[in-house]
Amino acid sequence: MSPFNLAAINFVWLPILPLVVVTVAAMAVLLAGVRVDDSESEGLGLLTLASLAVAFVFTLGILGQYGVAFAGAISVDSFSAFFELVILIAAMFTVMMSLDYAAENRIPGAEYYSLLLFSVLGMMLMAAAGDLIVIFLGLETMSITVYVLAGIMRRNAKSNEAAIKYFLLGAFSTGFLLYGIALVYGATGTIKLGPIHDALASGAMGSNPLLLAGIGMMVIGFGFKVAAVPFHMWAPDVYEGAPTPVTAFMAVGVKLAAFAAFIRVFMVDFASVGAHWQTVLWVIAALTMTGGNLIAVVQTNIKRMLAYSAIAHAGYLLLGMAAGVRSGPAILYYLLGYTFTNLGAFSVVIALERRGEAGNQISDFRGLAARQPLLAGAMAIFLLSLTGVPPMAGFVGKFYIFSEALHQGYVGLVIIAVLNSVVSAYYYFYVLVAMYMQEGGVEVERLSARPALVAAVGLAALATILIGVYPQPYIASAANAFHSASGAEGSHSAALEP
Amino acid sequence: MTVEFPALALILLFPALGVLFNLFLGPRYGRGAVNVVGPGVVFVAFGVATWAFLTLLAMPPGGALAVHLWGWIEAGRFHTELGLRLDALSGVMVMIVTGVGALIHLYSVGYMAHDEDFARFFTYMNLFAFSMLILILADNLLMMFVGWEGVGLCSYLLIAFWYTNPQFAYNGRKAFVVNRIGDAGFLLGIFTIVATLGAHDVWTLDFVELRQHAALLGGAAATAAGFLLFIGATGKSAQIPLYVWLPDAMVGPTPVSALIHAATMVTAGVYMIARLGFIYTMAPAALGLVATIGGLTALFAATIALVQPDIKKVLAYSTISQLGYMFLGVGSGAYASGIFHLMTHAFFKGLLFLCAGSVIHALGGEQDMNKMGGLRRKLPITFWTMFIATLAIAAVPPFSGYFSKDLILEAAYDSGHSWLWFLGVITAGLTSFYMFRLIFMTFFGESRVDSEKEHHLHESPAVMAIPLIVLAILATVGGWVNLPGGLLWGNAFVRFLTPAVGAFKPIVEASPTSLSLAASIASALGIALAYLFYLRLPGVPMLLAWRLKDLYNLLLNKYYIDQLYNFIVTRPLFWVSDNVLNRAIDSFVIDGAADGAGLAVRTSGQIARRAETGNVQHYAFVYLLGALGIVAYYLFLVTH
Repeated sequence: MSPFNLAAINFVWLPILPLVVVTVAAMAVLLAGVRVDDSESEGLGLLTLASLAVAFVFTLGILGQYGVAFAGAISVDSFSAFFELVILIAAMFTVMMSLDYAAENRIPGAEYYSLLLFSVLGMMLMAAAGDLIVIFLGLETMSITVYVLAGIMRRNAKSNEAAIKYFLLGAFSTGFLLYGIALVYGATGTIKLGPIHDALASGAMGSNPLLLAGIGMMVIGFGFKVAAVPFHMWAPDVYEGAPTPVTAFMAVGVKLAAFAAFIRVFMVDFASVGAHWQTVLWVIAALTMTGGNLIAVVQTNIKRMLAYSAIAHAGYLLLGMAAGVRSGPAILYYLLGYTFTNLGAFSVVIALERRGEAGNQISDFRGLAARQPLLAGAMAIFLLSLTGVPPMAGFVGKFYIFSEALHQGYVGLVIIAVLNSVVSAYYYFYVLVAMYMQEGGVEVERLSARPALVAAVGLAALATILIGVYPQPYIASAANAFHSASGAEGSHSAALEP
Repeated sequence: MTVEFPALALILLFPALGVLFNLFLGPRYGRGAVNVVGPGVVFVAFGVATWAFLTLLAMPPGGALAVHLWGWIEAGRFHTELGLRLDALSGVMVMIVTGVGALIHLYSVGYMAHDEDFARFFTYMNLFAFSMLILILADNLLMMFVGWEGVGLCSYLLIAFWYTNPQFAYNGRKAFVVNRIGDAGFLLGIFTIVATLGAHDVWTLDFVELRQHAALLGGAAATAAGFLLFIGATGKSAQIPLYVWLPDAMVGPTPVSALIHAATMVTAGVYMIARLGFIYTMAPAALGLVATIGGLTALFAATIALVQPDIKKVLAYSTISQLGYMFLGVGSGAYASGIFHLMTHAFFKGLLFLCAGSVIHALGGEQDMNKMGGLRRKLPITFWTMFIATLAIAAVPPFSGYFSKDLILEAAYDSGHSWLWFLGVITAGLTSFYMFRLIFMTFFGESRVDSEKEHHLHESPAVMAIPLIVLAILATVGGWVNLPGGLLWGNAFVRFLTPAVGAFKPIVEASPTSLSLAASIASALGIALAYLFYLRLPGVPMLLAWRLKDLYNLLLNKYYIDQLYNFIVTRPLFWVSDNVLNRAIDSFVIDGAADGAGLAVRTSGQIARRAETGNVQHYAFVYLLGALGIVAYYLFLVTH
C-alpha cells in the first residue's frame, strides 16, 4: 500500500461524494419543508433518513481507498470512512428518535432536519479532514448548527438557556482551538497534516515554544468539544436543556467527530512528540473520569446523569489517548460500542417523555420493568454496557482500552479507571433499581404508534450485545481504520507494528 | 488428554432455551408449560452433564472434555476464545449445579404456585443456571468473568423479585455495589496476569495455557494477582470485608436463597481459587491471606448467627461461616478439601434453606423463630429432612458434613495454621449450637404460632417434598465419596480431583484422629448447650441476653458493621459528590437545587440576565483556570 496512492481515486469528487449527498439533502429538506406544518414533519424526517442512508452507501464505497484529495485538504482512508459511517449511523438513529418527537413538540421540521444534516456535514468533514483549516471548518459547521438545534424549542426556557450557554462557551473554546492551529502553523510552516507529521517526526522541532503553546491550546479546544474536565461544565446544562434527540446527537455525534479530529491530529500527527501532550492528557483523563463519575452519583435527572456519564466515558477514551498510539484501535472500538449504547439509552429516555419533561427524572423509571418489560430490558442492556458488565460492548471496550494502556505501562491510570467504574456502577444501578425494584413512575404512551423509536431501541440493544459477544469484525475494522490513518501519514509510526 | 466433546454446549444451550421460552412464550402458554419447561431444561442439562461426567470418569486421570465455540476478543497478539472445558474440577461443579439446581427448580414449582409472576421467576432462574454454567465451564479467565458478572446480575434480579418493600431496592443496590467492588479487584487481577505475561510475549487467559506459563508470573505478580482476584472472591462469596450483602439478600424468595445464596453462586469464589490454584501455590502470602480471611469469617459469622431471631438470617450467616471454612480449606493449599465441603454444603445448606422455605410457606410468610415452635408434628417431612441437614452441618458422623469439615480442619492444621485450626474448632461448636437452637425453636417446645395461622398449617405438596427427601439422602451419604484414608475407597474424591487442582503438601503431620476428636467434642458441646438452653432451661437464653446485654446487642446488630460502612464509605462519597463537586464546583448553585442548577428561570428576559450574571461566568472562570493550568505546564516545559 503506497501511502499516497492517488491512482486509487479515479474521480476527484468521489471521496467527498457522501458529503455532497448530505449537503444537497440538507438544502432539499429546507426547501421541501417550507410548506410543511410543524406537526407533520415526519415526511421530512423520512427524507432525511433516506439521504443519510444514501450517504452511508457512498461512504462504504470509499472503504479500502487511501490517499489525499483536494490537494491534501481531505484524507481518504479507512479512518475517515470508519468515523463517517459511525457518524451517519448516529445521525440515522437521531432521526428515528426525532420523527415522532419533533412533530409532537411542534419543532419546525424544515429547520430541524436541515440543521441536523448540516451538522452531520461538519462532523464528517472533521473526520475526513486533511489539514487543520478543514478541521476548524468542520468543527464550526457542526458547532453552530448544534447551538441552534439545542435551542430549537423556542418557547422552552431550558432549551433557550442551553443554547446560549453552549454558544457562549463554545465561542470561547473556538478561540483557543484557532489560536492553537495558528501557533502550530507558525511552528511548522504548514497546515497540512501529512507535512506537519513529517516535520515533527524529523525531530528538528525539539521543544519549540510555538509548537508547545499550539499543542496546549489545541488540547483546550478539543477538550471542550469532548467535554473533558475542567472544560465540561456546559455539558450537563446543555444536555438537560436541549431537546432529547439533540442531546443524544450531541452526546454521540459531536463526541465522535471531536474525537476523530483529536485522535487524528494528536495520535497520528503529533505522535512523535507524545512527550509534549501525553502527560497533560494523563491528568485530564484522570480528572475527567473521576469528576464525571463522582458528580453523576447525586444526579436525579436522567439527562444530567447521562451527561456526566458521557463525561466519564470521555475520560476513559482520553486514558487511551494518553497511553499512546497502541491504544488507537481500542479507542475506535470503544467509540463504536459507546455510540450504540448511548443512542439506545437516550431512545428509552425519549420513550418515557411526554410534551415537555415528564420522564426525565430517574424516579420516572420506577416500575418500568413491570409495565414495559422489553423496554426496561433494553435499558438494562444499555446501562450494563455503560457500567462495563460483560458480555456487552462496553465491557469489551473497557477491557481493550485498559489492557492496552497497561501494556504501555500506565498502571496508575488504569487503577484509577477501574475504581471509577466501581463508582459508576452506583448511579447506573440507581436506574436499574428504579426500573426493577420500585413502583410508581410514568406510563409509557403510544409506544406502538412510534415504530421508528421502537426500532431504534431494538437495533441499539442488538448492536450493544452483538458488538460485545462477537467483537472480532469490529475490532478488526477499528484496527484497520486506525492503522490506515497512521499508515497514510507516517509509515514509520509505531502503530504499524502487528 | 483432552477430548473434543461438542455436547458440552448442550449443557448451556438448554437453560438458554428455557430463558427464551419463559421470557417470550411463558406468559402466553401459562403456568403448566412454564412449570414443565423451567425445571425441565435444568433436568436435561443435568442429564447431559451426567453423560459428560461418566465419559470423563471412563478416561484416565487428568483427562478433560472440551469444545471450542468461537474466537472472542482478538486484539493484536492478545486473544481469548469462547470455549468450554470439563475436567475433574468443573465436572464436579457442573454436577452440583445442575443436580441441586434441578431439584431446587422443581421445588420452586410448588413454592411459586400462588405467584402471578411465575414466568418471570423461571426466566431469571434459568438465566442464573445458564450464567453459572458459563462460569464453571469457561476454559479461560475472561469468560469465567462473564459468568461471574452474569450470576451476580441474576442474583440481584431475584433478590428484588418481590419489590413491594422499598428496603428491598436498597438491598439490591447494596449487593450490586459491593459486588462491583469485588469485581473491580477481579478485573485488576486479570489485568495483572495479562500485563505480566504480555511482557514475556505470552498472550493468553486460557486456564491450560496459563498453567503452562504460570512460572513466568514470578512471585510478585502471582501474589498481586492472587490478592486482587481474592478481593473478587470476597465479594461474590461473602467474606470479610465484603460479606455485608448476603444477609440482606434473604429478602428474595427462599428457593433463590437455596440455589444462589447457599448452594451455587456464593461458592464461585472457592471454585475460582481452586481453578487458579497453580497461581496461588506460587504466592504463599496471598494463599495465607485466603486461609486467614476464611478462618476469621467462619468464626465471625457464626457468632452473629447465635442470636438472630429470623430463621433465614441464621442460615445466611451460617452460609457465610461455612464459606469461610471452604476458604480455609483452599487457603491451606488443600483445594480438594474446599471443593469437597462445597459439595456437601450444597446438599445440606440447600436442603436447610428449602426446609426453611417449607416452614415459611406453611406459616404464610412468617420468618421469626419466636413465633414458631412445636412444628415437628405438623410438618413431619420438613422436620425430619431439616434434622438430617442439621446433623450434617453439625458434623455428626456419618453425615456428609462430618467428612468434609474434618478434611478442612486437618488441612488447616497440617499446613501450619494451627491457630486457624483452633478458630475452626470453636466455629464447629458454635455451628452446632446455633443450628440446634434453630431446630429446637422451630420444631420443639410449645407452639408460639399465631392462632389464625395455626389453622392453615400444612405440610408442603409432593413437588416440594421430593426435593427435600432427595437432598436429605445426599446430605447423609454425600460425604462417603471421600472416606478417611485407609478406609474402603478412602480419599477417592480427593484423588479424583488431584490431577485438576494439584496435591496437598502438608508441612506438619498431625494425628487425624485426635484432630477429628477435638472438633467432634466441640460439636457435641454445642449440641448439648443448645439442648440445655432451648429445651431444658428455656429461661437461660433470656437471662443471659439480659446479663450480657452489651454483647448480646453487639451480636444482634451484627457488630454494627453496616452502620460503620455507611458512616465511613457511603456518606462521605455522597457528601463529596453533592456538596463539594456538584454544588460548590460544578453547578455553583444559587437556587440551592442540585438538579436543574440555575435553570429556575422562566422568561427569556431573565435568561439573558442570568446568562450574564449567573453560572456561565462561573463556567468560563473554571474553564479559564484549567486553560491557565495547561499553559503554565507548557511554560514549565519550555523553560526546563
